[in-house]
Amino acid sequence: MTTANVYQQRPTTDVKAESPLFHADLNSLVGKGCTNPGVVLREKKLLGHLTIRGNGHDPAFAAGVHNALGMELPGALALVSKGDSSIQWLGPDEWLLIVPTGEEFAVEQKLREALDGQHIAIVNVSGGQSLLELTGPNVRDVLMKSTSYDVHPSNFPVGKAVGTVFAKSQLVIRRTGEETWELVIRRSFADYWWLWLQDASAEYGLGIAA
Amino acid sequence: MLHIFCPHCGELRSEEEFHASGQAHIPRPLDPAACTDAEWGDYMFFRDNPRGLHHELWIHAAGCRQYFNATRDTMTYEILETYLIGTKPQFVNQVPAIRKGDQA
Repeated sequence: MTTANVYQQRPTTDVKAESPLFHADLNSLVGKGCTNPGVVLREKKLLGHLTIRGNGHDPAFAAGVHNALGMELPGALALVSKGDSSIQWLGPDEWLLIVPTGEEFAVEQKLREALDGQHIAIVNVSGGQSLLELTGPNVRDVLMKSTSYDVHPSNFPVGKAVGTVFAKSQLVIRRTGEETWELVIRRSFADYWWLWLQDASAEYGLGIAA
Repeated sequence: MLHIFCPHCGELRSEEEFHASGQAHIPRPLDPAACTDAEWGDYMFFRDNPRGLHHELWIHAAGCRQYFNATRDTMTYEILETYLIGTKPQFVNQVPAIRKGDQA
């Protein structure tokens, strides 16, 4: 039995929750701007983010994660998703699990049960980071302006996820579809990324999706 | 711009993702209390400053956030190899680096 202090961190009452880009009022910008945007931004806000640490070489650890999530533990630079949940490799002993809003508490308990007795750590980091989704034919151009990492399809296939330097700061780039990319950002940098992405996307036209 | 191979990520990455963290392979004395001041001072503060091959600790700070070792030529800045902590380098100095106290 785990001695870790696991508790529901998301208020279940009607406490007002504000996403990192609450102040930008993105909902009021949906459908405005140019008619044929090259880049469409969507804030995937208030999702459940869990970091999982453990020994990736231990078959028991990989099996436990697989049993609890129904997703294989991904290897280096890989991203695995199932429905609205995804798990990605962050380092040789660290993974990031993103689940739909409100599911993180139950998933954490399930993981702890499946990994009981192992030397592991599961931390709910939902409040510390956020997810931005970029879709459109010009997303790759915006990424090329922002990072020195090679985002050409030959080097960056769908299902790859890398942590890298981006616009003088750092974030994680994930490719989830042919023209769909996600950025895992720190909450405190949300406004900076919002301003940066507006500027970088201006020449292609930026649209906002709800 | 250098490209450095991260042994954890398994690919070449831009130099700006990394930080150098000084000399590698410095074992902590097993019993610090038994060290003389000279031994402890040597462990804490004295580092090699070779001309030629140097084994260094680097961190992939913007990527996987893991430490690894690199063998670098301090004259040309060529990084000859990167390898996991706990493994041995392929490239070692033919002539041992001159350490403090070794000089005649």
